[in-house]
Amino acid sequence: MKLVTAVIKPNQLDAVKEALHALGVAGLTVSEVQGYGRQKGHTEVYRGAEYTVEFLPKIRVEVVTDEADVEKVVDAIVGAARTGRIGDGKVWVTGVEAVVRVRTGERGLDAL
Amino acid sequence: MPEAPTIDGANTVWLLVSTALVLLMTPGLALFYGGLNRARGVLNMMMMSFSAIGLISVLWWFYGFSVAFGADVNGLWGDPGAYLGTGTFLAETDLWGATAEDPSGIGVPLYVFMAFQMVFAVITVALISGAISDRARFGGWLLFAFGWATLVYFPVAHWVWGGGIIGGDLHALDFAGGTAVHVNAGAAALAVALVLGRRLGWPREGMKPHNVPLVALGAGLLWFGWFGFNAGSELTVDAVAGLAFVNTQLATAAAVLGWLAVEWVKDGRPTLVGASSGAVAGLVAITPACGFVAPWAAVLLGVVAGAVCALAVGLKYRLGYDDSLDVVGVHFVGGWIGSLWLGLFATNSVNGAIGDVVGASDGLFYGGGLTQLGRQALAGLIVTAWSFAVAWLLAVAIEKTIGFRLKPEAEAGGIDIAEHAESAYDLSPAGGGGAFALAGIGTPGDAAGAGPASGERAAPASEERAAPVSGEPAAPVSGERAEPASGERAVPASGERARSVGTKVAG
Repeated sequence: MKLVTAVIKPNQLDAVKEALHALGVAGLTVSEVQGYGRQKGHTEVYRGAEYTVEFLPKIRVEVVTDEADVEKVVDAIVGAARTGRIGDGKVWVTGVEAVVRVRTGERGLDAL
Repeated sequence: MPEAPTIDGANTVWLLVSTALVLLMTPGLALFYGGLNRARGVLNMMMMSFSAIGLISVLWWFYGFSVAFGADVNGLWGDPGAYLGTGTFLAETDLWGATAEDPSGIGVPLYVFMAFQMVFAVITVALISGAISDRARFGGWLLFAFGWATLVYFPVAHWVWGGGIIGGDLHALDFAGGTAVHVNAGAAALAVALVLGRRLGWPREGMKPHNVPLVALGAGLLWFGWFGFNAGSELTVDAVAGLAFVNTQLATAAAVLGWLAVEWVKDGRPTLVGASSGAVAGLVAITPACGFVAPWAAVLLGVVAGAVCALAVGLKYRLGYDDSLDVVGVHFVGGWIGSLWLGLFATNSVNGAIGDVVGASDGLFYGGGLTQLGRQALAGLIVTAWSFAVAWLLAVAIEKTIGFRLKPEAEAGGIDIAEHAESAYDLSPAGGGGAFALAGIGTPGDAAGAGPASGERAAPASEERAAPVSGEPAAPVSGERAEPASGERAVPASGERARSVGTKVAG
């Protein structure tokens, strides 16, 4: 099993969710995060004082999936999250050793 | 033959309404300052305003009103025994301004006049707090508020309005508080900010406003209440009250435009913080002038005050003093502009009291020469010097005795937690336990009574979460919603938490 983690623009979350749903992904976890890549931040001015806001709001999407489906999931996320402008985000894949469904105690792929 | 004393219903009603309007300005100020502050100090910032309402109201009743408006003793203060708190003024003859020849005065009961002036004292003290956000110990603030009101505001109100040296002897004009309120509070704010020093990390770290809608709401409440402050200061229901009302609106509107214009040109973007600040700058500047100038002069004053204050708030970065929320840049500078404006544009043609009552001259542009401008400048200098000096000495004395500046570690963790053990925003569902420790119920884990009984404070992390649920521990246990009788419905997040913690107690 693999954990696919994507950090995307908040506005693209709906599109990513729809794309994953279309693939049959049964569930995902979303969190609000902040960060920056090459895009850096923006500046705000209050009473003449300039503030550099480096950390921008982003959404982190996490999906645990069968190894066989990883490429499809990654492609779906990348396709849906891309706007072509700087700051679209990153997707990475890591290995997962075990998964347990809390309600039933099922393990492994059955728990997904 | 003088007539019998008679209460004037219209004047009395207007002053009662104005009093309530002016009182609302202080909670409005709390929101304005609170929104401009960082999130971790918003409650302390608001507490400084609310505590001023508490403390100064009582002091005013006890001796403040006497010092400010009792019979003049020596030009510096009124007879402290005149209206000392133990007296009551219910007699028909207890009307403000009553004399042997004119037993009715303005026909307003002393109680009403005293209450109206009380709320001016309250907000003047509260204004100072904007300069010292995030770093002043609360006890030190209360002591400072007590000392400054007693030694500065009460006498200065006497100098300006009570027949003392500025209004009575110098013949300087101040309709509603340009010198007595704004220059006065601004000078004190600078002194205390200098004594306390900069916030940790200022100006390198960003300390931007945490809630701009609160800033706008606060500015709106100030604007609303300011009609009572300015038009109420006429004390009677007449054409000058109408003039003061209209001038207040015009100058404030023009100042919004003035501030935004400077921002747009200088910083590239007009901001809501700028529009709100411009409104306050305009309100400050028109305060001394509202009943003494023609409407066109009020519009011009607003534009100038908005633009100049928008530039003045940058001074602290050049000069290196941490006047956190720009009390100096807005109130001190705006108060000075409005006071000097009278030396240029005051005219007896809009308000006969200028010559007849205060004995002042018309402004420069109305053929009065430089006389009045000089008087206005001298009045401003006197108030600035006295307020700054006393505030400085008070702040140093408090710092050397009980300590005024918060300890660095407490400041880094946030003054709300350190001084008040509460936090403004609890938006996380992972709030956590410890709620019942403070309520004295205890949890299974610390049945031995390691809670408040030991005399120790709970760790800040748990204390900060305690407030939302500790008041109603019984309801969640039953699995029901918190009792509506408690005055407020528990929000879902805290309700959830209460339920889970409650279950633990029940088990």
